[in-house]
Amino acid sequence: MPNRRDVENAQKNRLEIVKAGLSRRELFKMGLLTTAGYLIPKNGLSAWATNGCSPGQCQLGCSPPIAPFLDPLYVPPVLLARPLTDPGFTHPPRQCPNHGVNPANGRPFEGRGQFNGHVQKGKDCFQFYNRFPPQHFYIERLRANPNFRITSDTSIPDQTIWGFNQGGDDPAMFPGPTIVTHYQQPVLIRRFNELPTQPQNGGFGVPEVSTHLHNFHSGSESDGGPCRYFFRGQYFDYYHTMHQAGFDSDHQPNGDINESASTLWYHDHRVDHTAENAYKGLAGFYLIFNQFDTGDEGTGFHLPSFPDFDIPLFLTDKLIDPATGLLCFDTFGLDGLVGDVQLVNGKVQPFLEVQGRRYRFRVLDGGPSRFYELFLTDPNNPNQVIPFWVIANDGNLLPKPVQVTSFRLGASERYDIIIDFKHLGRKFGTTVLNLENRLLQTNGRAPTNTILPAGQGTTCVQFRIGADVLDGSVDPATGPAFYQLPSIDVPSRVTRTFEFVRQNGEWKINGKPADCTTPKTAIRFTCQRNTSERWIIRNNSHGWQHPIHIHLEEFRILTRNGAPPTHVEHSRKDVCRLQFGEEVELFFRFRDFRGDWPMHCHNTVHEDHAMMLLWGIQDVGDTNPNP
Amino acid sequence: MPRMTRRGWLAVAGSASAVAGSASGLLAAVHDPSNNPPRGFQQIPPRELIQRRHLPNVELITQVGTKVRFYDNLVKDKMVVINFMYAHCEGLCPTITANLVRVQKILHDRIGHDIFMYSITLKPEEDTPQVLKEYADMHGAGPGWLFLTGRPDDIELLRRSLGFTNSDPIEDADKSNHIGMLRIGNEPMLRWSACPAEAHTQWIVTSILAEADNPLKGG
Repeated sequence: MPNRRDVENAQKNRLEIVKAGLSRRELFKMGLLTTAGYLIPKNGLSAWATNGCSPGQCQLGCSPPIAPFLDPLYVPPVLLARPLTDPGFTHPPRQCPNHGVNPANGRPFEGRGQFNGHVQKGKDCFQFYNRFPPQHFYIERLRANPNFRITSDTSIPDQTIWGFNQGGDDPAMFPGPTIVTHYQQPVLIRRFNELPTQPQNGGFGVPEVSTHLHNFHSGSESDGGPCRYFFRGQYFDYYHTMHQAGFDSDHQPNGDINESASTLWYHDHRVDHTAENAYKGLAGFYLIFNQFDTGDEGTGFHLPSFPDFDIPLFLTDKLIDPATGLLCFDTFGLDGLVGDVQLVNGKVQPFLEVQGRRYRFRVLDGGPSRFYELFLTDPNNPNQVIPFWVIANDGNLLPKPVQVTSFRLGASERYDIIIDFKHLGRKFGTTVLNLENRLLQTNGRAPTNTILPAGQGTTCVQFRIGADVLDGSVDPATGPAFYQLPSIDVPSRVTRTFEFVRQNGEWKINGKPADCTTPKTAIRFTCQRNTSERWIIRNNSHGWQHPIHIHLEEFRILTRNGAPPTHVEHSRKDVCRLQFGEEVELFFRFRDFRGDWPMHCHNTVHEDHAMMLLWGIQDVGDTNPNP
Repeated sequence: MPRMTRRGWLAVAGSASAVAGSASGLLAAVHDPSNNPPRGFQQIPPRELIQRRHLPNVELITQVGTKVRFYDNLVKDKMVVINFMYAHCEGLCPTITANLVRVQKILHDRIGHDIFMYSITLKPEEDTPQVLKEYADMHGAGPGWLFLTGRPDDIELLRRSLGFTNSDPIEDADKSNHIGMLRIGNEPMLRWSACPAEAHTQWIVTSILAEADNPLKGG
């Protein structure tokens, strides 16, 4: 057993290497890394072995190296709707939960209507179900897949992931199938929990799940919040009106077109275990089109056509155990997890062969903890500064495209970008462009303030540019207009302030940790339905950063550290990065639904260690300024 | 050379002298991913990996002077609630201990039977078994709740392995500001979580029972 000094020395050595920003390639160069990926003895990089990362160690810098660009980008299939005659709908969908007891396991067939695992009779019926009856029905089954490949390098073993399947007897996948929907066409998604029993979790993951649809305007019964998890052997029906916010308040009957969302994702949200479950693969994309954002570049806003030129990119970083070659997760960590194996759509640093034209990419920081600053880099000429366009922040189209040379993402933030490969290929004489993360981050607390030199970061995807082709999509340089931002020029009923702090290793909001015991203990304050509020969120720390996510309705940033938001933050958002010492004022509307929803840090390790609260909406709200 | 590997290999080739001995082998390995040499990965049961990473089998002494092994005697095949404290702590500890006393009262039919509570001292130099016994008695700690001390190096290893650390070394060295989480584990079920020790007592109880019983509900 190592003694304390060894432990500290090892930590210091490892930190020095990580701080120096050395990639595995550079460690190779320095002779510090062997072909098998083990760190060569250097005064004890690990306290648990005399020769570097020991078997079983799950830590930044210990994963075996995997060559980039071995695999083409994987694009998840679009989930197909199913008829109600499908065997999965033997129990037909219904407005109120099916509490009928399944004789096979003694529990209700449906998990909806449970709060923290306990049935709440008469609760969680779908709101507005009869007004907007579902038109499309889907099924997903949550399962383990023991044959998942993150790379075609055959010396890396098959991985066991937990994921969503396409509703039949097919294997689970990561990312899950992409759910493609249209506004004004309500949907119902039935999810079956068919995960393995707890001791078969491979070391992390719990088989009680709650599937959150991130940034949809859903009733709390269909939101997939932290306290509404369900068990193995149960199903859970999630119903979404597919109407924009305002449909039962200031924009009847169909909602405010300017509140249209486009790039959403679904992911596990089980209280205390969200990070490990989502990391294990329980996540996928959910896209919404409408009469303007049509998915067809010949119509509406003329955005690049889905799916050929409109591609989601799910960024997530992993750790691999150097002994087993298998994905690992530290269920004992409090800071957050940053990995050294970069996946995009489930593959290690893939490549994508693109044509010479414009593409829309929907870039998601799938967490659990890493922040990204993404650039386009020409690997043959890294000093060139290469511009592209942001068209949506958190999946919400901006008033018009904004040209950037990089953008920052915190966990769960999404930016839709347009890259014009034809234009860039000609202007910069390049045939290869890397989407490169140049933000240095060495632990789960926060990123550093260091932007690595071009070419020395981590390439997420490599674009290989082919021949020019006809392009029917709109050129962002012509300044097309999308949605207007909804007005913020309305009085607020109350201003509330929230401090996000760490005390004694406990993450808290206004001094209190998360709680799911009962709705009564869990819900901290109540907003009044169909009113507006201002929320001030504050991070006094200079050691931590928190991407704060609030469910149900998007907000607008009024001020960040006293200043009005500029370019891409002049937008609707559902995640607000709360960086070192920052204070941000947000504007909210709380419309249409009654119920309860969470606010939490989307560094899911912070979230699991209690940086979360629940708030409600009812016909009468409170005015607690520091709930 | 395929374009996919060019950039990576330029970097290595640029310093070929440093890795001359192994460079050719590496190149071959990356060229044909379907023909890479095996890396010698082993199959290790996940439960054993968790034990190796987080549950060292160090020797500890209980408040009544019994020597125990942490993994073998206290954690293996059990459901556990673990916190760190010290007897003369005037900050967080009294609040946490009082909360744990309430937890023990609510779970009296489980604590000591299938769920066990362990409070491990952060100051083994001061907290002898006698000191810990007085502390336990003063707070009314009942059976099934052990207060543990041991060799300082072992306690430190245990603290780090169980994740009761602050990644800021200055904050980490300040024992009066120690980690106030409860580590909740269901060892045979490979299931571990944490709950703030200052949370509502009922939420702590709920969290413990979720780790203990939910796996069975999912049958």
